[in-house]
Amino acid sequence: MMTYLKTCMAICALALAGALAASLPARAQLQIDVTQGVVEPMPIAVTDFLSSDNVGAEITGVIEANLRRSGLFAPISKSAFIERISNPDVAPRFNDWTVINAQALVTGRVTQEADGRLRAEYRLWDTFSGQQVVGEQYFANRQNWRRIAHIISDSIYQNLTGESGYFDTRIVYVDESGPKNQRVKRLAIMDQDGANQRTLTDGSSIVLTPRFSPTRQEITYMSYEGGTPQVYLLQIETGQRELVGNFPGMTFAPRFSPDGQRIVMSLLREDGNSNIYMMDLRSRTTTRLTNSNAIDTSPTYSPDGTKIAFTSDRGGRPHIYVMGADGSNPTRISFGDGTYSTPVWSPRGDLIAFTKQSAGQFQIGVMRTDGSGERILSTGHLQEGPTWAPNGRVIMFFREASGSNGPTLHSIDLTGRNEQRISTPNFGSDPAWSPLLQ
Amino acid sequence: MRRIAAITRSPLIVAFVAGLALAGCASKQTPNNAADLGLGAGGAGSGIAATPGSSQDFTVNVGDRIFFDTDSTVIRADAQQTLARQAQWLNQYGNYGITVEGHADERGTREYNLALSARRAAATRDYLASQGVAANRIRTISYGKERPVAVCDNISCWSQNRRAVTVLDGAGS
Repeated sequence: MMTYLKTCMAICALALAGALAASLPARAQLQIDVTQGVVEPMPIAVTDFLSSDNVGAEITGVIEANLRRSGLFAPISKSAFIERISNPDVAPRFNDWTVINAQALVTGRVTQEADGRLRAEYRLWDTFSGQQVVGEQYFANRQNWRRIAHIISDSIYQNLTGESGYFDTRIVYVDESGPKNQRVKRLAIMDQDGANQRTLTDGSSIVLTPRFSPTRQEITYMSYEGGTPQVYLLQIETGQRELVGNFPGMTFAPRFSPDGQRIVMSLLREDGNSNIYMMDLRSRTTTRLTNSNAIDTSPTYSPDGTKIAFTSDRGGRPHIYVMGADGSNPTRISFGDGTYSTPVWSPRGDLIAFTKQSAGQFQIGVMRTDGSGERILSTGHLQEGPTWAPNGRVIMFFREASGSNGPTLHSIDLTGRNEQRISTPNFGSDPAWSPLLQ
Repeated sequence: MRRIAAITRSPLIVAFVAGLALAGCASKQTPNNAADLGLGAGGAGSGIAATPGSSQDFTVNVGDRIFFDTDSTVIRADAQQTLARQAQWLNQYGNYGITVEGHADERGTREYNLALSARRAAATRDYLASQGVAANRIRTISYGKERPVAVCDNISCWSQNRRAVTVLDGAGS
């Protein structure tokens, strides 16, 4: 498995370099600056991929939905198309696309290999410069056609924004059903667009705060199944579960280190306070990182693994602190009005997302890692639990509107624009965004 | 015409063991008794007939729960009276072990509230112990905001949910 992935990554990197060279002239013109919060999404034409059945149209439908949901692209209605793509191997009639204001054009074809796998080829064109930006092909089993669509979406996003995409990702979250005072909670997993829903636990015990490992193969979470609520590991593919550590009391608020070799979490002390511990998953040794007569919880590593941000009420009320990964030099970084909790370090390393409570409202915001530059992205009656898309441009969180019966999942751009509801079959809370596979 | 740059990816296998999604037998969460009976803070004795020494006697005539101020783990004066009655009763009926459940209202984030309600449970345990209840009879558990008894979204419910409930072992909860 690992060997195969490495091989694949090498091949992919090689191909990407070739694509870049081909697209250099075009990129200068056709580029979205994602840092400015695009006011006008880029008009793009996504033509149905040629195929002998409807899988081509299904793939392009998923691509269109991804691009539209990102807020950066405005897919053009197919009824406006003039040219009908009959051979995706030759250049399109660019004038037919510029006249309907399609700045970018996507064409493609899906065929079936002798072994039954799908082969998807796609090209991205810059219509105004009349050049191909990129051309790639992918092979996959037919049942994984949605992943082909997500990988192509990521390729389009990356080539037109210069940022890596986040469409070939999954979300693990807590599925909530039943009345509020008898709520049943299950771990659930889905694609980032809400497709391929699956529950991972049976609802017989409360489960909370699932978090992905960097490999996407494991989830760490908290469960009440053993009587004492504690942190567990779950192998997604095999369903194998394992208690993390051998602690006498409640353990909670787990998160993986960026290398996946450690889990950092809170341990309840006998006196009722909570401190932060790190467990090395290989040696099974545990290290105490904080020692305060206070609540220390919600630890989150910086992406380089050298620091940990966490919530503590050691100063009287909950605020965000940053310390070395060995527990050294804890320093408070949040100083605004109200309280701060659930810090989550951006995958890019430059920002920390948080939940703030102020004036009776809950806010999702971001600040630099020294606490400066606080920006509120969303304010509501009850909302919390930010999680970052792997490219650090989108944040997902959960919200319970006043008078509603349960929480729902929402995403918002780092710019504070483009809020989107993420559809789930039941109520949903505690979302955690997976890394990209590659 | 440029050639398509070839990228061969893995077969994209995302195999799950479907066996996890067993028919979910949702565990029945028995609501806490006093709230069902419509009792307020302290559950002041209302003369309901209950066998002395029974769990009903404890819940109805003693009061099985205390309440906290927002983001506080301080045992209030009214709560001290309730815990004194609980301790007296538990000292009289020494065969019961107890579990003290700590709870929080929804006006806090999930992980912080787990820690906050754990502290409430510990403070309640310590108070009972100071009143002579043997520490080895007392277990604590923290539910954060995951087990509200009152489900409106205003202060009248939040104040009922910020609580510590003393549950007699074997009495079901």
